[in-house]
Amino acid sequence: MPSDAILIADGVHRHFAGVTAVDVEHVEIPRGRITALIGPNGAGKTTFFNLLTGFDRPQRGTWSFDGTPVQGLPPYRVARLGMVRTFQLTKVLGRLTVLDNMLLGSNRQPGERLRNALLGVVWKKQDRTDRERAREILARFKLDGKADDYAAGLSGGQRKLLEMARALMNEPTLVMLDEPMAGVNPALTQSLLGHIADLRERGMTVLFVEHDMHMVRNLADWVVVMAAGRIIAEGTPESVLSSEAVVDAYLGAHHDTDLRSLIEEDA
Amino acid sequence: MALALLLAVLAPAGAAHAAPGDDQWGFRGLVRDGERKPVTGAAVAVESDGEVVGTDVTDARGRWEILGLAGPGTYTVVVKTGGKTYEVEKELVRSGTTLPVQNLVMSTSDAPAVQASLGDKLAQRAVSGLNLGLLIAIAAIGLSLVFGTSRFTNFAHGENVTFGGIMGYVFASLAHLPLLLAAAAATVAGAAFGYLQDLGFWRPLRRKGVSLVTLMIASIGAALALRSLFQFLYGNGTRSLTREDWGTVRLGPVVMPATSYVAMGISVAVLVAVGVWLKRGRIGKATRAVANNPALAGASGIDVDRVTRIVWVLSGGLAALSGVLLGVFNQVSYDMGFNLLLLMFAAVILGGLGTAFGTLAGAIVVGLCTEILVLWIPADMKYVGGLAVLVAVLLVRPQGLFGRQARIG
Amino acid sequence: MDWILNSLREIITPTTAAYALAAIGLNIHFGFTGLVNFGQAGFVAIGGYGFAISVTQLGLSWPLAIAVTLLLAVGYALLLGIPTLRLRADYLAIVTIACAEIIRFTLNSSAFASVTGGANGLYNDYSGWITGANPYPQGLVHLGPWTFTSTDLWIATVDWAVVAVVAVGVFLLIRSPWGLVLKGIREDEHAMLSLGKNVNLHKLQALVMGGAIGALAGILYVQPTSVQPFDFASRMTFNMYTMLILGGAATVFGPILGSMIFWVVMRFTDELVNAGVDAGLLDNATQGSQLRFVLVGAALVLLVVFRPQGILGNRTELSFDAK
Repeated sequence: MPSDAILIADGVHRHFAGVTAVDVEHVEIPRGRITALIGPNGAGKTTFFNLLTGFDRPQRGTWSFDGTPVQGLPPYRVARLGMVRTFQLTKVLGRLTVLDNMLLGSNRQPGERLRNALLGVVWKKQDRTDRERAREILARFKLDGKADDYAAGLSGGQRKLLEMARALMNEPTLVMLDEPMAGVNPALTQSLLGHIADLRERGMTVLFVEHDMHMVRNLADWVVVMAAGRIIAEGTPESVLSSEAVVDAYLGAHHDTDLRSLIEEDA
Repeated sequence: MALALLLAVLAPAGAAHAAPGDDQWGFRGLVRDGERKPVTGAAVAVESDGEVVGTDVTDARGRWEILGLAGPGTYTVVVKTGGKTYEVEKELVRSGTTLPVQNLVMSTSDAPAVQASLGDKLAQRAVSGLNLGLLIAIAAIGLSLVFGTSRFTNFAHGENVTFGGIMGYVFASLAHLPLLLAAAAATVAGAAFGYLQDLGFWRPLRRKGVSLVTLMIASIGAALALRSLFQFLYGNGTRSLTREDWGTVRLGPVVMPATSYVAMGISVAVLVAVGVWLKRGRIGKATRAVANNPALAGASGIDVDRVTRIVWVLSGGLAALSGVLLGVFNQVSYDMGFNLLLLMFAAVILGGLGTAFGTLAGAIVVGLCTEILVLWIPADMKYVGGLAVLVAVLLVRPQGLFGRQARIG
Repeated sequence: MDWILNSLREIITPTTAAYALAAIGLNIHFGFTGLVNFGQAGFVAIGGYGFAISVTQLGLSWPLAIAVTLLLAVGYALLLGIPTLRLRADYLAIVTIACAEIIRFTLNSSAFASVTGGANGLYNDYSGWITGANPYPQGLVHLGPWTFTSTDLWIATVDWAVVAVVAVGVFLLIRSPWGLVLKGIREDEHAMLSLGKNVNLHKLQALVMGGAIGALAGILYVQPTSVQPFDFASRMTFNMYTMLILGGAATVFGPILGSMIFWVVMRFTDELVNAGVDAGLLDNATQGSQLRFVLVGAALVLLVVFRPQGILGNRTELSFDAK
């Protein structure tokens, strides 16, 4: 069990029309580490993400982020606490420029309030700061050349990068990535991996959902396994990926996973 | 009214008759007895605020006419014959859609000229409401199926209803087909209209990959174009769909034209048929599968395009049938469908977007509310009742009575 | 030649100005925030009737009448927005058109005729505040090739001044971070939530602001004429969508240009119809005017499908169809 948890959830239960989607008794996400949330399709990973971030409401359950109870908060309040998520299907703001996408990532802009909108004095300074920071982050993600292009014109992988870059505008403490590698062309995979590892170096906590076991093994410090809405195992990648229960859960649900071969490699 | 006053339901005057000069406000009517024979020599007076503003005596065919009234307002039509007095309150409304002259058919068959009890009025209204609800359901199920299969809210669906009403009028009143045959012909025409809309318009747009909001805007454009075209071709008038008169039927306190009962029968039969088809039929099941998850349905070998096409044909046909029945229940006008559209939305939302069976229940609730509330709200605000129900439902239960919540992400 | 001159005269008429203003309001909803409001006519009706009734029935002074009217519009927007803004886009469309029709049916009803004038509407004895301040010489005023009555020209002047002030205000708002949040919401609400934006609050603010501008347009709309319930039919809203998409939704000046072109074309086709009636091709002018709205509807369809960015819109910005 991790000694210092940033996110602690207890008794989170969600069902849709009688079918249980999530039934998590207890889970803790270690601070400053990269945690992978894995499990077969339909295990409830995305639903759990939605619940934790306020996009969906559970029938019952409590959870806290950095000691603050979060359940019941609307998603934007959760995000403002420093718990930022991305989506499985990338959600870039297509008909806005890449730079505008980045500016919207910032939550320090007082000009976003209607009463300040016409008072340039109130928001111009923050605007300059945000633009500077946006360009810095874009440069890190090698998107600085695209700053003035419409986001809809980016490739799938660039969108993933932009979404991650945008999430960093607020200097979040916890970054939650829903399948960051899905639909990314292999050439970009390595750079994405590097960026995720870099988040940890910068002191952030990462929680990500992933199917690619290579990535889990290479990147994660801690692995949480879900199946049929429950958490069936957690631990270090080595211990979890060799667990019979995990293998059964995967093979029972879908057999095209590369888990078996991975474990044989290990042996 | 206990006196069987079939107001403007089966107006004796056809289109040619009901074309007075502009701004001629007034009433025109027919008085007849229990055997449906004209009553000659009955004294007719129109009163406003207790003052007589016009009088006439029925002619050999039982007809009378009082024109040249001051304008819109509430009038009392008083008929005296055989030592008895019959009264009815009637409103003349300037709505841009109805003629300033109203047709009234009055019968002496149900003589007691006393105030009906609230219970009787309620029963009468409830049956009308059921009738309205059923024909909203027929039209709305098409709307709901189209929404289900292509996630597209069609604001031009009301025009399909109007199309049916006008085709019904063309076949019944102009081509002099028997009413039932005219209804069938109009339904077929409506189905063809639906097919053509999908083929020539919506399918190319879907292929082009335009967004749903764009489709919605395109549908208001199409609605405006079609409605104005109907207005151009058909005119501003409000006409009876048919001159056929099947008489009235009395069931307890409820007096309705026989055609209304037939219409209800047809509605129920059609709704059951559609229901069974959706549950049992091969294409029907495919339709539900597409509504549940188009991508999955497509992947499992269902021809989504074909299903969508069939849904459009069905939707056009049902809407046209509904238009014919509405034309029999009320009258035919160029904006009859647009007025019904909002009640259809109310029904669809009440039942939960995209669920056919919910839509039926929603439609009946909306129909009943619309008709029953007329007991307490002015007749020219009739549709407000149904729309208010819509708004109220959204406040309390936005996913509808039978809807599900969707998942994000 | 007369036809063209008569048509071009529409560019500055009060009606064009009032429609432009209402379309600017609608643009805040649709163009910038992505809210599909099919009932802008309801806001305009609240504006026209609210002002007329405040002045003639309640005897309020005109600044107070404007304040009361705008408050009414704000209240109505809140009433519409709070239950529906968290739902899918089509719910808002349905509810706004339904509520606009409820308003029109109610205003049209003889039940409230003592206040609203029922189907006849209200006779214009409320525009003294504006006509009284007319600085132009009495009678006819010549402006280039066109002749206006002094009153019409004065009302048009006031109207366009209001349009200009509002347009500049909207321009500044849209350029601000607040405006950027609205555009972000238009693109993807969930993304905006995940970035910590209070989406519902911003949508409500947009709905209220666009609605209040619509009501202001209603006040202007009824000054030169009387108030008639039939004017506020759904057709009014659909005309505005045509203007908006013609001029360029999501641009600040698109609705103004759209309104000008719309009314010029309407007037021109009106002249055509009259010529058709004179030549015996059409039965009467009323019939012909229906035909014009067939064209408006068709134009709306073609524009939204083939040139969604309109005249002023950025081709690249709108060539990505929002899925």
